[in-house]
Amino acid sequence: MAEVLVLVDHVEGKVRKTTSELLTIARRLGEPSAVFVGTGFDAAKETLARFGAEKVYRVESPEVLGHLVVPQAELLAQLVSSTSPAAVLVPSSPEGKEIGARLAVKTESGLITDAVDVQAAGDGSGVTTTQSVFAGSYTVSATVTKGTPIVAVKPNSATPEESAGAAADEVVDFTPSDAAKGARITESKPKQATGRPELTEAAIVVSGGRGTGGDFSKVEDFADSLGAAVGASRAAVDAGWYPHTSQVGQTGKQVSPQLYVACGISGAIQHRAGMQTSKTIVAVNKDNEAPIFELVDFGVVGDLFTVLPQATEAITAAKD
Amino acid sequence: MNIVVCVKYVPDAQAERTFNASDNTTDRENVDGLLSELDEYAVEEALKIVEAGEGEVTVLTVGPDAAADAVKKALQMGAHKGVHVGDDAIHGSDAIATSLVLAEAIKKIGADSAVDLVVTGMASTDGTMGVVPAMVAERLGLPAVTFASELAVDGSTGGSVTIRRDGDASTQTITATLPALVSVTDQINEPRYPSFKGIMAAKKKPVERWTLADLGIDAAQVGLDAAWTKVDSFTARPPRAQGEIVADEGDGGRRLAAFLTERKFV
Repeated sequence: MAEVLVLVDHVEGKVRKTTSELLTIARRLGEPSAVFVGTGFDAAKETLARFGAEKVYRVESPEVLGHLVVPQAELLAQLVSSTSPAAVLVPSSPEGKEIGARLAVKTESGLITDAVDVQAAGDGSGVTTTQSVFAGSYTVSATVTKGTPIVAVKPNSATPEESAGAAADEVVDFTPSDAAKGARITESKPKQATGRPELTEAAIVVSGGRGTGGDFSKVEDFADSLGAAVGASRAAVDAGWYPHTSQVGQTGKQVSPQLYVACGISGAIQHRAGMQTSKTIVAVNKDNEAPIFELVDFGVVGDLFTVLPQATEAITAAKD
Repeated sequence: MNIVVCVKYVPDAQAERTFNASDNTTDRENVDGLLSELDEYAVEEALKIVEAGEGEVTVLTVGPDAAADAVKKALQMGAHKGVHVGDDAIHGSDAIATSLVLAEAIKKIGADSAVDLVVTGMASTDGTMGVVPAMVAERLGLPAVTFASELAVDGSTGGSVTIRRDGDASTQTITATLPALVSVTDQINEPRYPSFKGIMAAKKKPVERWTLADLGIDAAQVGLDAAWTKVDSFTARPPRAQGEIVADEGDGGRRLAAFLTERKFV
C-alpha cells in the first residue's frame, strides 16, 4: 500500500489534535507516514503511533523551523520524490497552506485547501475532497488531476480514531537550500495562555460582538462553564475589544464546531462566512430582527448581560 | 523602491455568488465585481512605503475585461501605473496557473527596473485559498513573509522587509532580504478612499494590457483544461431551518441552559 505523508503539527513534541485527525484520514488513503520537523520527537512518538503512523520521517535541525515554511516545503518535496506517496496531507492553517502552495509548484502537483473531508476516489486512484465555499453557501467536491494530491485539511474534519502503528522513525538526510533561508524569525513572543481550547479546534465556541459593548466578561464566564473557546466578531476586534487572532469570520478564523453561540452579534455575511457550517447554532441578541436568528437552532431575544449570567449559573449548578 | 501590488477582481461577497453549471467555475458574469477588499490593504501599504521614501507602485491584475475596474480603483487610490493581463485562455485557471501568469508579468515589469517588493492581500474574498502569494514567491525564487499585521522596509542596498505576524501561539517578528514578497492582513492599515483629485488623476495614468503571448506563456499552460485540480460537483447548502426563538421574560438564560442540556452540551 502506498504511503501517505502527514506533516505533523506540534509544539516542542506536543502533537496537536489536527495531526491525529490527519493520521485518521490518511489511513483511508494508504499507509500513514508522519513527517516530524523540530525537537521533541520522543514526546510525540507515542501519539503518532497511537493514531496509526507506520513510519516517521524526521528532521531535528532547529534551522529548519527558524526559516519558516520554505525548508519544510523542500523537505516534503524530497520525500515526495523518494517515497511516491498516494497523497500529502497538511493542516489547513496559514503555515500549512503556504507549505502546500510551495510544494505544489515544486512537485507539479494539484493542491486543494480548506478540505472538510477527504476520501479515496471511487476508482481507487487519487482522492476526492469536500470543501465548503462562498461563505459556506455551497459544498464542492473536487479531485486532484496532476501529480501527487496535496490536501490542506481543516481542523475538526474527522474524529480521531486510534489504531496502533509502528511509528518506526527514520532520520532524513536533509539540508535546506540557501534560497530557503531568505526569511527568518528574529523574535517570537509567546501569547499568554488563556487555558481555553484553541478556536479552530474547539468543540464549542462562544463569541461576542458589538452587543458586548467591550465587556467580554459575561461571554468568557459562559464559555468557561461549557469548556468553550472564545471568539469575537470583526466589529469587536476592530473596536480593539478582543485580539484579531480570536476573530471569527471571512477575514479571521473559519470555525465549524459542534456548538456555536453568538452573543451580541448581528450576523453580517462577513461573520457568517466564519461560522455558518457549525453543527448547532445558538444566538443571544437584543434585536429580534438580527440576521443571525435566521441561522439558529435556538435563539434568545434579550440582553446578554442578564441572559448569559443566568445560563452560566444554571449550567454550573447542573454540573455539580 | 519599485513595488508591484497584485490585486484580484472578485464577485461582490455581499451578492449571491454561485457557479457556472457548464464548467463548474466561479460565475463572474452575473454578479457585480470589485477590487477584493483584502487587496485594498496591500495597495494602501505599498502607497505608504513609497510616500515615506521614494519609488513607484505598479498594480497588477489577471482577469477578464471587467477586472480593469480593480486596476482603476487602485490607481484612484494612488498607484502610479497599472498592468492588466487578460486573455480568453485564462478563464477557469486554478491558483497554480494564476501564479504562473502573475510571476511572468512581474518578471516583465521588472525587466525595465528591478522589482524590490511584491505586495499582496492575505487571500482573495472569493476563492479564499490564500496560496497564490506563496506560489508566486516560489516561482520567482523569492522569500515570502506572509500575514503581516505591521511592516517596515529598509530600502537601502541589500535591504530587508520586517513584519509582525500575530499567530495563535505567539507573535513573531520575521525578516526577509529584498527582493521579497509580503502578504498583508486587514489589521495592517486603514485603506484610503480615492479622493476627487485621485479619481481625476487616475484617468491619465498608464495601464498596459498584456496577453499570454506578451508574457511568452503557452495558452495550454493555463485555463480550465490545464488546471491541476478539478471541481467535480457543487451543491447549494440547504438553508438552515430556523429553530425556536424565545423572548427573554426573565428566564431566557435558564431556557438557554435547558436547551444546551437537552442537546447534551452540558
